[in-house]
Amino acid sequence: MPEEQYHRLQQRDTSEVKELWDLLDEVKDPEIPALSIWDLGILRDIERQGEHIIVTITPTYSGCPAMDTITEDVKAALNAKGYESIEVKMQLSPAWSSEWMSLEGRRKLRNYGVAPPEDAADSEDGLTPDAHTLCPHCGSRDTRLISEFGSTACKALFQCQACKETFDYFKKI
Amino acid sequence: MSDTIKDATLEYAVRLGDDANVLGHRISEWVSRGPFLEEDIAYANVALDYIGRARMFYGYAAELANDGRTEDDFAYMRDDRQYQNLLLMELPREDFAYSQVRQLFIDIYYGLMLPELVKSKDDTLAAIAAKAIKETRYHLRRSRDWVLRLGDGTEESHRRTQRAVDSLWGYTHEMFEMDDTEQRLADSGIGVDITKLRDEWHRQVSAILAEATLNLPEDGWAVRGGRIGYHTENLGHLLTEMQFVHRSYPGCQW
Repeated sequence: MPEEQYHRLQQRDTSEVKELWDLLDEVKDPEIPALSIWDLGILRDIERQGEHIIVTITPTYSGCPAMDTITEDVKAALNAKGYESIEVKMQLSPAWSSEWMSLEGRRKLRNYGVAPPEDAADSEDGLTPDAHTLCPHCGSRDTRLISEFGSTACKALFQCQACKETFDYFKKI
Repeated sequence: MSDTIKDATLEYAVRLGDDANVLGHRISEWVSRGPFLEEDIAYANVALDYIGRARMFYGYAAELANDGRTEDDFAYMRDDRQYQNLLLMELPREDFAYSQVRQLFIDIYYGLMLPELVKSKDDTLAAIAAKAIKETRYHLRRSRDWVLRLGDGTEESHRRTQRAVDSLWGYTHEMFEMDDTEQRLADSGIGVDITKLRDEWHRQVSAILAEATLNLPEDGWAVRGGRIGYHTENLGHLLTEMQFVHRSYPGCQW
């Protein structure tokens, strides 16, 4: 297990409000509804001060348009369970990393038809490689980059030469 | 934070926000006008990164100002004379080569500037920079690839790219100038001493232009004024379009 993963799981398991982490598993990323905000690593912390709950989230990319919706969804999920005093804080530092994505999240992403970061071949500069990202549809590595930028800031677009399908690749950042 | 430093930091945040906001808007004009769909999407992504940066810088400026203004007031309720962006950011998009050459100049600039800003003693500026660095690495790879392809491409693409380099060159000098405000912030370890990055910028740009078979222009002319609110006519038109809805329907929400 990558170190980042281990620390996130530890944080969640030792939290005094473990039930709230479980509750927020139902909040999905509006752009990739297969993944929860926990899976993506957007959910950074949950604290409880008496009746007051503070949820800390971080954006994937600077201009991520999903943050406002996620903030509303977090509040709605907690409201539905009777929590009324909620504050959602946006934290910029440390900057979000694709390393934070949960192992479960990576599996879900692949099943959803999006190649997770580790399915890419290694590249010299650590950015998106031009070819050989594992196709989430047929498992071939005979693929090529079509565009560095995909349907959202966090994804690039590939095409598989074996099954001819195009697919999104979740970029390393 | 002393009041002088606080005022200077506020102004600095507004300038960096203006750079990001104006460029982000300019780039967004490519949406639906790109040479093919993937480039349309790529420009939309890059524009969004810049608009995100603008929000973070303006949000911080609003926090420092602490006078009831929000990020929207900084973006939508100031006129061209109050905007302090670099002139390079506001120039029209022109053709695809022109936009990519400008983007290359700017990406190399941020590739050098942001790693310095990360070391800022101001935690918020450092945090914004840390996020932006990762994005700029992707932007730079794209603009570099395009300038190589277009410069070392067909006769027409080469001609257009060289024309873009020649017309933009005189606007690049302003990127490396600092006034007293920025000098004071650099001395306090909050802002970046941008003058020190010029040689490395020049080295990187020269190397890419040479590889793209493009000529480096002579330093014959320089235009400046953006940081003190003296803009080209282009900014007024850009702001008119950007600010229209917000000003026509004050307080509108959806």
